[in-house]
Amino acid sequence: MGATGLTCRECKAPYGLEARYVCDRCFGPLEVAYELDTTLDVGERRRRIQAGPQNIWRYSDFLPLEAPPGPSARTLSRTGLPAGCTPLIRADRLADRLGLREVWVKNDAANPTHSFKDRVVAVGAARAREMGYDVLACASTGNLANAVAAQAAALGMESYVLIPSDLEEQKVLATGVYGTNLIKVRGTYDDVNRLCTELSGERENWAFVNVNIRPYYAEGSKTLAYEIAEQLGWRVPDTIVCPIASGSLYTKIAKGFEEWLDLGIAEGSAPVMHGAQARGCSPVATAWDDGKDVCRPVKPDTIAKSLAIGNPADGPYALDLARRSGGSIASVDDEEIRAGIRLLAETTGVFTETAGGVTTATLAKLAEEGTIDPDESVVLVITGEGLKTLDAVRDTFASFEIDARLDSFLDEVESVGAAR
Amino acid sequence: MSVKVKIPTQLRSVAGGDAEVDVDGAETVGEALEHLFERHGELRERMLEDGELRRFVNVYLNGEDVRFLDGLATAVPAGAELTILPAVAGG
Repeated sequence: MGATGLTCRECKAPYGLEARYVCDRCFGPLEVAYELDTTLDVGERRRRIQAGPQNIWRYSDFLPLEAPPGPSARTLSRTGLPAGCTPLIRADRLADRLGLREVWVKNDAANPTHSFKDRVVAVGAARAREMGYDVLACASTGNLANAVAAQAAALGMESYVLIPSDLEEQKVLATGVYGTNLIKVRGTYDDVNRLCTELSGERENWAFVNVNIRPYYAEGSKTLAYEIAEQLGWRVPDTIVCPIASGSLYTKIAKGFEEWLDLGIAEGSAPVMHGAQARGCSPVATAWDDGKDVCRPVKPDTIAKSLAIGNPADGPYALDLARRSGGSIASVDDEEIRAGIRLLAETTGVFTETAGGVTTATLAKLAEEGTIDPDESVVLVITGEGLKTLDAVRDTFASFEIDARLDSFLDEVESVGAAR
Repeated sequence: MSVKVKIPTQLRSVAGGDAEVDVDGAETVGEALEHLFERHGELRERMLEDGELRRFVNVYLNGEDVRFLDGLATAVPAGAELTILPAVAGG
Protein backbone atom coordinates (compact mmCIF):
# COMPACT_ATOMS: atom_id res chain seq x y z
CA MET A 1 0.00 0.00 0.00
CA GLY A 2 1.26 3.46 -0.91
CA ALA A 3 -0.82 5.15 1.80
CA THR A 4 1.34 6.33 4.68
CA GLY A 5 -1.06 8.06 7.04
CA LEU A 6 -3.83 10.58 7.51
CA THR A 7 -3.24 14.34 7.41
CA CYS A 8 -5.50 17.16 8.54
CA ARG A 9 -6.49 19.27 5.55
CA GLU A 10 -6.59 22.37 7.75
CA CYS A 11 -3.67 22.30 10.19
CA LYS A 12 -1.65 19.47 8.52
CA ALA A 13 -1.42 17.48 11.78
CA PRO A 14 -0.38 13.89 10.93
CA TYR A 15 -2.09 10.71 12.16
CA GLY A 16 -1.65 7.01 11.50
CA LEU A 17 -3.93 5.02 9.19
CA GLU A 18 -6.53 4.74 11.95
CA ALA A 19 -10.31 4.79 12.30
CA ARG A 20 -10.36 8.53 12.65
CA TYR A 21 -11.91 11.22 10.48
CA VAL A 22 -11.55 14.46 12.39
CA CYS A 23 -8.44 16.28 13.54
CA ASP A 24 -8.27 16.32 17.33
CA ARG A 25 -6.69 19.76 17.27
CA CYS A 26 -8.92 21.78 14.94
CA PHE A 27 -11.79 19.45 13.93
CA GLY A 28 -10.64 19.70 10.29
CA PRO A 29 -11.20 16.72 7.97
CA LEU A 30 -8.48 14.10 7.56
CA GLU A 31 -7.27 12.93 4.20
CA VAL A 32 -5.15 9.92 3.21
CA ALA A 33 -1.53 10.75 2.39
CA TYR A 34 0.50 8.58 0.00
CA GLU A 35 4.10 7.98 -0.79
CA LEU A 36 4.16 6.26 -4.14
CA ASP A 37 7.06 4.19 -5.40
CA THR A 38 8.85 6.49 -7.82
CA THR A 39 11.14 3.76 -9.13
CA LEU A 40 8.36 2.33 -11.30
CA ASP A 41 8.31 3.87 -14.76
CA VAL A 42 5.13 4.95 -16.47
CA GLY A 43 4.97 1.89 -18.74
CA GLU A 44 5.27 -0.43 -15.77
CA ARG A 45 2.60 1.47 -13.84
CA ARG A 46 0.22 1.28 -16.79
CA ARG A 47 0.90 -2.43 -17.26
CA ARG A 48 0.14 -3.10 -13.59
CA ILE A 49 -3.21 -1.37 -14.04
CA GLN A 50 -4.02 -3.18 -17.30
CA ALA A 51 -3.20 -6.53 -15.73
CA GLY A 52 -5.64 -5.84 -12.90
CA PRO A 53 -9.26 -6.96 -12.59
CA GLN A 54 -12.16 -5.33 -14.48
CA ASN A 55 -13.21 -3.27 -11.47
CA ILE A 56 -11.80 -0.51 -9.27
CA TRP A 57 -9.23 -2.84 -7.70
CA ARG A 58 -7.12 -2.40 -10.86
CA TYR A 59 -6.25 0.97 -9.24
CA SER A 60 -5.28 -0.54 -5.89
CA ASP A 61 -1.83 1.08 -6.04
CA PHE A 62 -3.60 4.38 -5.40
CA LEU A 63 -6.11 3.27 -2.77
CA PRO A 64 -5.65 3.08 1.02
CA LEU A 65 -5.89 -0.68 1.51
CA GLU A 66 -3.36 -3.12 2.92
CA ALA A 67 -4.70 -6.12 1.02
CA PRO A 68 -6.81 -5.05 -1.97
CA PRO A 69 -9.59 -7.51 -2.83
CA GLY A 70 -8.57 -8.17 -6.45
CA PRO A 71 -10.84 -9.98 -8.94
CA SER A 72 -14.41 -10.76 -8.07
CA ALA A 73 -16.86 -13.41 -9.22
CA ARG A 74 -16.01 -16.71 -7.53
CA THR A 75 -14.70 -15.01 -4.40
CA LEU A 76 -17.59 -12.58 -3.98
CA SER A 77 -17.96 -13.30 -0.29
CA ARG A 78 -14.42 -12.13 0.30
CA THR A 79 -14.24 -9.31 -2.22
CA GLY A 80 -17.70 -7.82 -2.15
CA LEU A 81 -19.54 -6.22 -5.04
CA PRO A 82 -17.23 -5.33 -7.92
CA ALA A 83 -17.65 -1.61 -8.65
CA GLY A 84 -16.33 0.50 -11.48
CA CYS A 85 -15.17 -0.02 -15.06
CA THR A 86 -18.31 1.76 -16.24
CA PRO A 87 -18.70 2.95 -19.85
CA LEU A 88 -17.32 6.22 -21.15
CA ILE A 89 -19.60 7.06 -24.06
CA ARG A 90 -18.80 9.47 -26.87
CA ALA A 91 -21.86 11.72 -27.02
CA ASP A 92 -21.73 13.38 -30.44
CA ARG A 93 -25.44 14.15 -30.68
CA LEU A 94 -25.39 15.81 -27.27
CA ALA A 95 -22.29 17.75 -28.36
CA ASP A 96 -24.04 18.86 -31.57
CA ARG A 97 -27.07 20.02 -29.64
CA LEU A 98 -24.85 22.10 -27.36
CA GLY A 99 -22.52 23.42 -30.06
CA LEU A 100 -19.53 21.59 -28.63
CA ARG A 101 -16.98 19.39 -30.38
CA GLU A 102 -16.11 16.56 -28.00
CA VAL A 103 -18.41 15.47 -25.18
CA TRP A 104 -18.17 12.19 -23.28
CA VAL A 105 -20.62 10.73 -20.81
CA LYS A 106 -19.16 8.75 -17.94
CA ASN A 107 -22.13 6.57 -17.10
CA ASP A 108 -21.69 5.55 -13.48
CA ALA A 109 -25.27 4.33 -13.33
CA ALA A 110 -23.68 1.14 -14.71
CA ASN A 111 -22.48 0.11 -11.26
CA PRO A 112 -23.96 -2.81 -9.25
CA THR A 113 -26.48 -0.62 -7.40
CA HIS A 114 -26.64 1.94 -10.21
CA SER A 115 -24.66 4.85 -8.82
CA PHE A 116 -21.06 5.94 -8.22
CA LYS A 117 -21.56 5.17 -4.53
CA ASP A 118 -20.56 1.54 -5.15
CA ARG A 119 -17.00 2.79 -5.68
CA VAL A 120 -16.69 4.62 -2.37
CA VAL A 121 -18.51 1.93 -0.44
CA ALA A 122 -16.27 -0.79 -1.91
CA VAL A 123 -13.20 1.05 -0.61
CA GLY A 124 -14.81 2.05 2.70
CA ALA A 125 -16.11 -1.47 3.39
CA ALA A 126 -12.80 -3.11 2.49
CA ARG A 127 -10.92 -0.75 4.80
CA ALA A 128 -13.52 -1.23 7.55
CA ARG A 129 -12.95 -4.99 7.37
CA GLU A 130 -9.19 -4.51 7.57
CA MET A 131 -9.68 -2.44 10.71
CA GLY A 132 -11.88 -5.11 12.26
CA TYR A 133 -15.35 -3.54 12.09
CA ASP A 134 -18.24 -5.94 11.82
CA VAL A 135 -21.16 -3.59 11.11
CA LEU A 136 -21.48 -1.32 8.09
CA ALA A 137 -23.59 1.84 8.39
CA CYS A 138 -24.29 5.16 6.69
CA ALA A 139 -26.30 8.37 6.52
CA SER A 140 -27.71 8.51 3.02
CA THR A 141 -29.75 10.52 0.53
CA GLY A 142 -30.58 7.22 -1.20
CA ASN A 143 -27.83 6.05 -3.50
CA LEU A 144 -25.45 5.38 -0.66
CA ALA A 145 -28.22 3.48 1.13
CA ASN A 146 -28.50 1.11 -1.86
CA ALA A 147 -24.74 0.68 -2.05
CA VAL A 148 -24.15 0.03 1.66
CA ALA A 149 -27.05 -2.41 1.98
CA ALA A 150 -25.90 -4.35 -1.09
CA GLN A 151 -22.20 -4.33 -0.22
CA ALA A 152 -22.95 -5.53 3.32
CA ALA A 153 -25.08 -8.33 1.88
CA ALA A 154 -22.29 -9.37 -0.51
CA LEU A 155 -19.75 -9.38 2.30
CA GLY A 156 -22.05 -11.05 4.82
CA MET A 157 -21.91 -8.08 7.20
CA GLU A 158 -24.73 -6.64 9.26
CA SER A 159 -25.74 -3.12 8.19
CA TYR A 160 -27.67 -0.10 9.38
CA VAL A 161 -28.85 2.42 6.82
CA LEU A 162 -30.28 5.76 7.93
CA ILE A 163 -32.20 7.88 5.42
CA PRO A 164 -34.57 10.88 5.46
CA SER A 165 -38.13 9.54 5.69
CA ASP A 166 -39.24 11.38 2.51
CA LEU A 167 -36.91 9.65 0.03
CA GLU A 168 -38.06 8.40 -3.36
CA GLU A 169 -39.86 5.07 -3.01
CA GLN A 170 -37.58 3.43 -5.59
CA LYS A 171 -34.52 4.16 -3.43
CA VAL A 172 -36.21 2.91 -0.29
CA LEU A 173 -37.31 -0.37 -1.92
CA ALA A 174 -33.92 -0.86 -3.56
CA THR A 175 -32.34 -0.65 -0.11
CA GLY A 176 -34.66 -2.74 2.01
CA VAL A 177 -34.52 -5.66 -0.38
CA TYR A 178 -30.94 -6.45 0.68
CA GLY A 179 -32.01 -7.24 4.22
CA THR A 180 -30.46 -4.25 5.92
CA ASN A 181 -31.69 -2.51 9.06
CA LEU A 182 -33.43 0.40 7.32
CA ILE A 183 -34.13 3.43 9.51
CA LYS A 184 -36.24 6.28 8.16
CA VAL A 185 -35.51 9.43 10.10
CA ARG A 186 -38.10 12.19 10.29
CA GLY A 187 -36.01 15.10 9.08
CA THR A 188 -33.62 16.28 6.37
CA TYR A 189 -30.42 14.57 5.30
CA ASP A 190 -28.53 16.98 7.53
CA ASP A 191 -30.57 15.76 10.50
CA VAL A 192 -29.76 12.16 9.55
CA ASN A 193 -26.11 13.10 9.27
CA ARG A 194 -26.09 14.71 12.72
CA LEU A 195 -27.70 11.63 14.23
CA CYS A 196 -25.14 9.35 12.55
CA THR A 197 -22.25 11.54 13.70
CA GLU A 198 -23.56 11.18 17.26
CA LEU A 199 -24.18 7.46 16.86
CA SER A 200 -20.73 6.80 15.45
CA GLY A 201 -19.27 8.02 18.73
CA GLU A 202 -21.41 5.58 20.68
CA ARG A 203 -21.10 2.39 18.56
CA GLU A 204 -17.46 1.45 18.47
CA ASN A 205 -17.79 -1.58 16.19
CA TRP A 206 -19.85 0.25 13.57
CA ALA A 207 -18.17 1.56 10.44
CA PHE A 208 -20.22 4.52 9.24
CA VAL A 209 -18.72 4.68 5.77
CA ASN A 210 -19.29 8.42 5.38
CA VAL A 211 -18.57 9.38 8.98
CA ASN A 212 -15.81 7.56 10.85
CA ILE A 213 -14.46 5.78 7.72
CA ARG A 214 -14.89 8.84 5.51
CA PRO A 215 -11.19 9.51 4.73
CA TYR A 216 -10.88 6.01 3.21
CA TYR A 217 -14.35 5.89 1.65
CA ALA A 218 -13.87 9.25 -0.10
CA GLU A 219 -10.71 7.99 -1.84
CA GLY A 220 -12.91 5.62 -3.84
CA SER A 221 -14.15 8.55 -5.94
CA LYS A 222 -10.65 9.01 -7.37
CA THR A 223 -11.25 5.85 -9.40
CA LEU A 224 -13.70 7.79 -11.59
CA ALA A 225 -10.82 10.02 -12.68
CA TYR A 226 -8.46 7.08 -13.22
CA GLU A 227 -11.04 5.31 -15.40
CA ILE A 228 -11.79 8.39 -17.47
CA ALA A 229 -8.07 8.90 -18.10
CA GLU A 230 -7.47 5.25 -18.92
CA GLN A 231 -10.51 5.11 -21.22
CA LEU A 232 -9.32 8.19 -23.09
CA GLY A 233 -5.97 6.50 -23.74
CA TRP A 234 -4.10 7.84 -20.69
CA ARG A 235 -5.25 11.36 -21.40
CA VAL A 236 -6.86 13.94 -19.09
CA PRO A 237 -9.85 15.76 -20.65
CA ASP A 238 -9.91 19.55 -20.75
CA THR A 239 -13.08 19.93 -18.72
CA ILE A 240 -15.17 17.99 -16.22
CA VAL A 241 -18.75 18.73 -15.25
CA CYS A 242 -19.65 17.00 -12.01
CA PRO A 243 -22.47 17.26 -9.46
CA ILE A 244 -21.82 18.62 -5.95
CA ALA A 245 -23.61 17.44 -2.83
CA SER A 246 -21.01 17.29 -0.04
CA GLY A 247 -18.27 18.24 -2.52
CA SER A 248 -16.36 15.02 -1.90
CA LEU A 249 -16.78 13.47 -5.37
CA TYR A 250 -15.96 16.76 -7.09
CA THR A 251 -12.72 17.29 -5.16
CA LYS A 252 -11.61 13.64 -5.30
CA ILE A 253 -12.02 13.44 -9.08
CA ALA A 254 -9.63 16.37 -9.35
CA LYS A 255 -7.26 14.67 -6.89
CA GLY A 256 -7.27 11.50 -9.00
CA PHE A 257 -6.27 13.38 -12.16
CA GLU A 258 -3.62 15.38 -10.28
CA GLU A 259 -2.04 12.21 -8.88
CA TRP A 260 -1.78 10.60 -12.31
CA LEU A 261 -0.44 13.77 -13.91
CA ASP A 262 2.23 14.00 -11.18
CA LEU A 263 3.27 10.39 -11.81
CA GLY A 264 3.13 10.83 -15.59
CA ILE A 265 0.57 8.02 -15.95
CA ALA A 266 -1.83 10.39 -17.69
CA GLU A 267 -0.94 13.13 -20.14
CA GLY A 268 -2.35 16.62 -20.37
CA SER A 269 -2.97 19.16 -17.67
CA ALA A 270 -5.27 19.42 -14.67
CA PRO A 271 -8.83 19.74 -15.96
CA VAL A 272 -11.13 22.71 -15.53
CA MET A 273 -13.62 21.54 -12.90
CA HIS A 274 -17.21 22.75 -13.15
CA GLY A 275 -19.53 21.86 -10.26
CA ALA A 276 -23.30 21.48 -10.54
CA GLN A 277 -25.93 21.99 -7.85
CA ALA A 278 -29.71 22.07 -7.70
CA ARG A 279 -31.05 25.60 -7.10
CA GLY A 280 -33.18 24.30 -4.21
CA CYS A 281 -30.06 23.20 -2.37
CA SER A 282 -27.13 25.24 -3.61
CA PRO A 283 -25.01 26.35 -0.66
CA VAL A 284 -21.78 25.90 -2.65
CA ALA A 285 -23.04 27.64 -5.82
CA THR A 286 -24.37 30.51 -3.70
CA ALA A 287 -21.04 30.92 -1.92
CA TRP A 288 -19.35 30.84 -5.35
CA ASP A 289 -21.64 33.58 -6.70
CA ASP A 290 -21.05 35.67 -3.59
CA GLY A 291 -17.27 35.24 -3.77
CA LYS A 292 -17.17 33.58 -0.34
CA ASP A 293 -14.76 30.83 0.66
CA VAL A 294 -17.13 29.09 3.08
CA CYS A 295 -20.72 27.95 2.63
CA ARG A 296 -23.74 29.03 4.62
CA PRO A 297 -25.91 25.97 5.38
CA VAL A 298 -29.37 25.85 3.78
CA LYS A 299 -32.60 23.86 4.17
CA PRO A 300 -32.97 21.80 0.97
CA ASP A 301 -36.05 21.98 -1.24
CA THR A 302 -35.37 20.26 -4.57
CA ILE A 303 -36.35 17.23 -6.65
CA ALA A 304 -32.63 16.33 -6.75
CA LYS A 305 -32.77 14.56 -3.41
CA SER A 306 -29.48 12.75 -3.91
CA LEU A 307 -27.81 16.19 -3.91
CA ALA A 308 -29.86 17.60 -1.03
CA ILE A 309 -27.10 18.23 1.48
CA GLY A 310 -27.65 21.62 3.08
CA ASN A 311 -24.38 21.65 5.02
CA PRO A 312 -21.72 20.29 2.66
CA ALA A 313 -18.65 18.97 4.49
CA ASP A 314 -16.26 19.66 1.61
CA GLY A 315 -17.86 22.95 0.56
CA PRO A 316 -14.76 25.09 1.25
CA TYR A 317 -12.54 22.69 -0.71
CA ALA A 318 -14.98 22.61 -3.62
CA LEU A 319 -14.90 26.42 -3.78
CA ASP A 320 -11.11 26.38 -3.69
CA LEU A 321 -10.97 23.78 -6.48
CA ALA A 322 -13.36 25.69 -8.73
CA ARG A 323 -11.17 28.75 -8.30
CA ARG A 324 -7.78 27.17 -8.85
CA SER A 325 -8.88 24.98 -11.78
CA GLY A 326 -10.49 27.88 -13.64
CA GLY A 327 -13.92 26.32 -13.28
CA SER A 328 -17.18 27.41 -11.72
CA ILE A 329 -20.06 26.21 -9.58
CA ALA A 330 -23.51 26.77 -11.02
CA SER A 331 -27.06 25.81 -10.08
CA VAL A 332 -30.16 24.89 -12.07
CA ASP A 333 -33.82 24.84 -11.06
CA ASP A 334 -36.21 21.88 -11.00
CA GLU A 335 -37.56 22.57 -14.51
CA GLU A 336 -34.04 22.71 -15.90
CA ILE A 337 -33.26 19.44 -14.09
CA ARG A 338 -36.21 17.71 -15.80
CA ALA A 339 -35.10 19.15 -19.13
CA GLY A 340 -31.55 17.95 -18.45
CA ILE A 341 -32.76 14.39 -17.88
CA ARG A 342 -34.68 14.53 -21.17
CA LEU A 343 -31.76 16.07 -23.08
CA LEU A 344 -29.36 13.34 -21.98
CA ALA A 345 -31.88 10.57 -22.62
CA GLU A 346 -32.85 11.85 -26.08
CA THR A 347 -29.31 12.44 -27.30
CA THR A 348 -27.38 9.56 -25.73
CA GLY A 349 -29.81 6.84 -24.68
CA VAL A 350 -28.70 7.25 -21.07
CA PHE A 351 -31.53 7.69 -18.56
CA THR A 352 -30.19 9.40 -15.47
CA GLU A 353 -31.67 10.34 -12.14
CA THR A 354 -32.26 13.92 -11.01
CA ALA A 355 -28.59 14.45 -10.06
CA GLY A 356 -27.64 13.64 -13.66
CA GLY A 357 -30.31 16.09 -14.77
CA VAL A 358 -28.57 18.74 -12.67
CA THR A 359 -25.21 17.92 -14.26
CA THR A 360 -26.53 17.79 -17.83
CA ALA A 361 -28.52 21.02 -17.41
CA THR A 362 -25.43 22.70 -16.01
CA LEU A 363 -23.35 21.56 -18.99
CA ALA A 364 -26.03 22.95 -21.32
CA LYS A 365 -26.00 26.25 -19.47
CA LEU A 366 -22.20 26.55 -19.50
CA ALA A 367 -22.13 25.74 -23.22
CA GLU A 368 -24.81 28.31 -23.98
CA GLU A 369 -23.07 31.02 -21.95
CA GLY A 370 -19.81 30.28 -23.72
CA THR A 371 -18.13 29.38 -20.42
CA ILE A 372 -17.13 26.10 -22.07
CA ASP A 373 -15.24 26.67 -25.29
CA PRO A 374 -16.53 24.64 -28.27
CA ASP A 375 -13.08 23.13 -28.77
CA GLU A 376 -12.68 21.73 -25.26
CA SER A 377 -13.02 18.01 -24.60
CA VAL A 378 -15.67 17.66 -21.91
CA VAL A 379 -16.58 14.73 -19.67
CA LEU A 380 -20.03 14.78 -18.09
CA VAL A 381 -20.05 12.73 -14.89
CA ILE A 382 -23.39 10.90 -14.64
CA THR A 383 -23.61 9.52 -11.13
CA GLY A 384 -26.92 7.67 -10.99
CA GLU A 385 -29.81 5.85 -12.63
CA GLY A 386 -33.08 7.33 -13.90
CA LEU A 387 -35.20 4.42 -12.67
CA LYS A 388 -34.52 5.60 -9.11
CA THR A 389 -36.28 8.94 -9.56
CA LEU A 390 -39.19 8.12 -11.86
CA ASP A 391 -41.39 10.93 -10.55
CA ALA A 392 -39.05 13.46 -12.15
CA VAL A 393 -40.05 12.38 -15.67
CA ARG A 394 -43.71 11.62 -15.04
CA ASP A 395 -45.92 13.69 -17.38
CA THR A 396 -42.95 15.14 -19.25
CA PHE A 397 -43.90 13.43 -22.53
CA ALA A 398 -47.03 12.39 -24.44
CA SER A 399 -48.05 8.86 -25.34
CA PHE A 400 -50.95 7.18 -27.14
CA GLU A 401 -53.31 4.48 -25.99
CA ILE A 402 -55.11 2.75 -28.84
CA ASP A 403 -57.00 -0.44 -29.73
CA ALA A 404 -55.01 -3.21 -31.40
CA ARG A 405 -56.38 -2.34 -34.86
CA LEU A 406 -54.61 -0.83 -37.86
CA ASP A 407 -57.19 1.92 -38.40
CA SER A 408 -56.91 2.87 -34.77
CA PHE A 409 -53.18 3.39 -35.30
CA LEU A 410 -53.73 5.30 -38.55
CA ASP A 411 -56.46 7.52 -37.14
CA GLU A 412 -55.26 8.19 -33.67
CA VAL A 413 -51.46 8.18 -34.05
CA GLU A 414 -50.37 8.89 -37.63
CA SER A 415 -53.10 11.41 -38.38
CA VAL A 416 -51.81 13.70 -35.64
CA GLY A 417 -48.37 13.64 -37.20
CA ALA A 418 -46.65 11.74 -34.41
CA ALA A 419 -44.56 8.60 -34.23
CA ARG A 420 -42.45 9.33 -37.31
CA MET B 1 -31.41 27.44 34.77
CA SER B 2 -29.46 24.44 33.58
CA VAL B 3 -28.34 23.52 30.08
CA LYS B 4 -27.01 20.12 29.13
CA VAL B 5 -23.97 20.19 26.81
CA LYS B 6 -23.09 16.99 24.96
CA ILE B 7 -19.39 16.56 24.19
CA PRO B 8 -18.31 14.52 21.13
CA THR B 9 -15.82 11.69 21.56
CA GLN B 10 -13.08 13.73 19.86
CA LEU B 11 -13.21 16.38 22.63
CA ARG B 12 -13.75 14.20 25.68
CA SER B 13 -10.04 13.86 26.39
CA VAL B 14 -9.90 17.62 27.06
CA ALA B 15 -13.20 17.62 28.94
CA GLY B 16 -12.13 15.32 31.76
CA GLY B 17 -13.60 12.36 29.88
CA ASP B 18 -17.13 13.73 30.25
CA ALA B 19 -19.74 12.95 27.59
CA GLU B 20 -22.20 15.44 29.08
CA VAL B 21 -21.76 18.54 31.18
CA ASP B 22 -24.55 20.52 32.87
CA VAL B 23 -23.97 24.28 32.98
CA ASP B 24 -26.00 26.78 34.98
CA GLY B 25 -26.87 30.43 34.53
CA ALA B 26 -26.36 30.69 30.76
CA GLU B 27 -28.66 32.93 28.72
CA THR B 28 -27.11 32.24 25.33
CA VAL B 29 -25.24 29.50 23.47
CA GLY B 30 -22.05 31.56 23.79
CA GLU B 31 -22.48 31.90 27.57
CA ALA B 32 -23.14 28.20 27.95
CA LEU B 33 -19.91 27.48 26.09
CA GLU B 34 -18.06 30.06 28.24
CA HIS B 35 -19.18 28.20 31.37
CA LEU B 36 -17.95 24.99 29.78
CA PHE B 37 -14.58 26.59 28.94
CA GLU B 38 -14.21 27.82 32.56
CA ARG B 39 -14.28 24.20 33.59
CA HIS B 40 -12.25 22.79 30.69
CA GLY B 41 -9.99 25.55 29.38
CA GLU B 42 -8.50 23.62 26.46
CA LEU B 43 -11.90 23.30 24.82
CA ARG B 44 -11.95 27.01 23.96
CA GLU B 45 -9.13 26.85 21.45
CA ARG B 46 -10.47 23.63 19.98
CA MET B 47 -13.90 25.10 19.33
CA LEU B 48 -13.42 28.80 18.71
CA GLU B 49 -11.30 30.91 16.41
CA ASP B 50 -11.37 34.71 16.82
CA GLY B 51 -14.37 34.38 19.10
CA GLU B 52 -16.43 32.49 16.50
CA LEU B 53 -17.15 28.78 16.09
CA ARG B 54 -14.47 27.08 14.03
CA ARG B 55 -15.46 26.20 10.48
CA PHE B 56 -15.68 22.48 11.18
CA VAL B 57 -17.41 22.67 14.56
CA ASN B 58 -21.18 22.38 14.60
CA VAL B 59 -23.28 23.26 17.64
CA TYR B 60 -26.92 22.21 17.74
CA LEU B 61 -29.55 23.63 20.09
CA ASN B 62 -32.19 20.95 20.58
CA GLY B 63 -31.18 19.47 17.22
CA GLU B 64 -31.10 22.75 15.26
CA ASP B 65 -27.78 24.04 13.90
CA VAL B 66 -27.18 27.34 15.73
CA ARG B 67 -25.96 28.81 12.42
CA PHE B 68 -29.62 28.76 11.37
CA LEU B 69 -30.48 30.63 14.57
CA ASP B 70 -28.47 33.55 16.00
CA GLY B 71 -25.20 31.66 16.28
CA LEU B 72 -23.48 32.10 19.63
CA ALA B 73 -26.02 34.81 20.56
CA THR B 74 -28.93 32.35 20.33
CA ALA B 75 -30.96 32.32 23.54
CA VAL B 76 -31.02 29.00 25.38
CA PRO B 77 -34.24 28.03 27.15
CA ALA B 78 -34.08 26.22 30.49
CA GLY B 79 -33.53 22.50 30.10
CA ALA B 80 -32.13 22.92 26.59
CA GLU B 81 -29.65 20.48 25.13
CA LEU B 82 -26.57 21.69 23.26
CA THR B 83 -24.77 19.13 21.10
CA ILE B 84 -21.27 19.73 19.81
CA LEU B 85 -20.30 17.68 16.75
CA PRO B 86 -17.66 17.64 14.02
CA ALA B 87 -18.97 19.03 10.73
CA VAL B 88 -17.02 16.89 8.32
CA ALA B 89 -19.38 13.96 7.96
CA GLY B 90 -21.64 12.91 5.14
CA GLY B 91 -21.91 12.92 1.39
